[in-house]
Amino acid sequence: MIDPRLVLLLSAVLFSLGVAGVLLRRGAITILMCVELMLNAANLAFITFARLKGGAEAQIYVFFIMALAAAEAAAGLAIVIALFRLRDTTDVDEINLLRW
Amino acid sequence: MLKLIGLIPVFPLVGVIVNGLFGRRLSRQAVGIIGCGVVLASLIVSAGAVLELSKLPPDARYYETSFGPWIPMGPVGAHGEAVTIDWGFALDPLSAVMILVVTGVGFLIHVYSVGYMEHEEGFARFFVYINLFMSMMLMLVLGSNLLVTFVGWEGVGLCSYLLIGFFYDRPFDTRTGLTCADAGRKAFLVNRIGDFAFVLGMLYLVTQFATLHYRTVAGAVAQAGDGQHALLVAVGLLLFIGACGKSAQIPLYVWLPDAMAGPTPVSALIHAATMVTAGVYMVTRMSGLYVHAPEAMLVIAIIGAATAVFAATMGITATDIKKVLAYSTVSQLGYMFAAAGVGAWTAAIFHLMTHAFFKALLFLGAGSVIHGQHGEQDITRMGGLRAKMPVTFLTFLTATLAIAGIVPLAGFFSKDEILWGAWSSGHKIVWGALAFAAGLTAFYMFRLAFLVFYGTYRGDKHTFDHAHESPASMTVPLTILAVLSAVGGLVGIPAALLGGKDVNVFHHWLEPVVGSGHAAVEGAGHGGSQELALMGVALAIALAGIGLAWLIYRRNALSATTIAGRFRPVYTLWRNLYWVDELYEAAILKPFYAVSRFAAGFDRWIVDGLVNASGVVTDIVGQLLKLFQTGYVRNYALLFLMGVTAILVYLAGR
Repeated sequence: MIDPRLVLLLSAVLFSLGVAGVLLRRGAITILMCVELMLNAANLAFITFARLKGGAEAQIYVFFIMALAAAEAAAGLAIVIALFRLRDTTDVDEINLLRW
Repeated sequence: MLKLIGLIPVFPLVGVIVNGLFGRRLSRQAVGIIGCGVVLASLIVSAGAVLELSKLPPDARYYETSFGPWIPMGPVGAHGEAVTIDWGFALDPLSAVMILVVTGVGFLIHVYSVGYMEHEEGFARFFVYINLFMSMMLMLVLGSNLLVTFVGWEGVGLCSYLLIGFFYDRPFDTRTGLTCADAGRKAFLVNRIGDFAFVLGMLYLVTQFATLHYRTVAGAVAQAGDGQHALLVAVGLLLFIGACGKSAQIPLYVWLPDAMAGPTPVSALIHAATMVTAGVYMVTRMSGLYVHAPEAMLVIAIIGAATAVFAATMGITATDIKKVLAYSTVSQLGYMFAAAGVGAWTAAIFHLMTHAFFKALLFLGAGSVIHGQHGEQDITRMGGLRAKMPVTFLTFLTATLAIAGIVPLAGFFSKDEILWGAWSSGHKIVWGALAFAAGLTAFYMFRLAFLVFYGTYRGDKHTFDHAHESPASMTVPLTILAVLSAVGGLVGIPAALLGGKDVNVFHHWLEPVVGSGHAAVEGAGHGGSQELALMGVALAIALAGIGLAWLIYRRNALSATTIAGRFRPVYTLWRNLYWVDELYEAAILKPFYAVSRFAAGFDRWIVDGLVNASGVVTDIVGQLLKLFQTGYVRNYALLFLMGVTAILVYLAGR
């Protein structure tokens, strides 16, 4: 059996990659993908803990997160498409209407 | 008809509603008929009810009806009784006198108004107000408890305000620069002071003695312990301050002379015959309380006597025909209060009634003079109107003789009963003041009569040529009132005058309500010769006053200007009305304005300042925080990350 600490480390690395992607990338789709990456890193951590602890609660959370991620992707992509149609770009640095 | 007394105040309200809603579309004739008709209805019901009342045995002369409970109160008073105040109306001998005076004189003045107001704007408005006044005044006198009386009390105050300011856009007093609307406001505000005391008195009465009902006041007060005596006197004085406001006594009399801004029938009805006597009526109503508070009665007697003299002196120098009568009214009201103060309750109400007759007549006569000369009110510009206005002249002269106290006119009997009351109850100083005031009254009234009706006309010739007698709608009420002024006193002939034969109907009529008062006041038998002597003295004083007026203003044996010059300081003092208005201005209004300005400044800079400061702070914080709202989603993500990190660090460090 793999050392759970390694799996958790992987989860942390994936999460950090996701955060870095959200902060550093400018393409809206890439940012969405990075968000997915963060969600799945969290899933991985949940699964690991479920394995350690036994029981089904953590696995149920994982299913919730997967469903939520699917919904989030649908809504997020819809927004990106709408944005693209409006502004001909998906660069988030060019989209700053909601400011003072 | 006794059962219908609740309707008496309702009839005039019908006139208010009809003329108020449709008056503009009705003809003047219809408005006048409705306005007078509803009062006539009240008069008929009143007369019927009083007639029925008089058939009962003296002690059973009381009828009360209620429109239902008004204010139920929890435990009040020393014994914690539950008290309920009703919308109650009661007829007893005292209110019977009042409703007959109010509806009788009121009806005559309504008829007179139809003629007097015929050329004025707002004819229907006038009748709406004056009908409302009648309704409120009848409510005042018929109320079976103080609170119902107070509703009427405030109602008549409102109507007084509305009617004083009836010609709201006309200037009124060149000396003070007031408009008629200002005069109305002044009356209203001065009355608020009195009403404030009135309310306090009522609250003390109901919370400490558990009663507001006239029938139970005497009993409740009689049970009061020694410790409550001071409170009782306080209640008496507070109610009297209320009466001072309404009945224009020192120090609250200042509004009544200015109330002459109203149309003359209003001055006659409200500011002479009825409303201003409400204070006397109320004090007499509460006689059961006052006999247990002799200190309060002494104050009433002193204030009344002082007012009688004080106002009479101002009447001597006034040159506006209505102002002379206004000061005369204040003075005569002082007489009534002095009578009440010495315990001569019957005399107070008797004088109230006779005064209503002759003072209403004087005002209506003055109105007729003013009407006949197209608005001239200055007596120094009149004269010789005797031939032009014979009916007005004769009726006015009757009233002048009556108020001067010439036998056998109405004023003689009522005034002498008051003087006798003051003397026999031991208030010799009060008697002296009142006798002196009687001389002054005779003097200024005959000065007025001589200046207006005798001699030669001093105004412009055009006005004199067009001076005319008033129409029948005005002269008929004058004539009826003149008859009443002449014979009205005969209901109260003192026994002393008839060699001990007791035919004083008026006294026996009121006895069940006010008791017999001081034994010495009412008992005529043993003081007979003394009373006759005092009558002679009073008559002599009155004749002296008339004689002086005759010498100065008729024979020109003495020059008014020379006398004024000789007593220059006194003349200046009287001519400027003792500078009381100026005194109030400096002592009350100026400090009041200063406090108001301070309060306005406090509100503007401190209260508003705090509110504005909170707004400014919010604005500054917002200006700073908005810098974080860049609109770049990556900035938000970074801040989000920093926040999460901070929370994690905090949780990890715990």
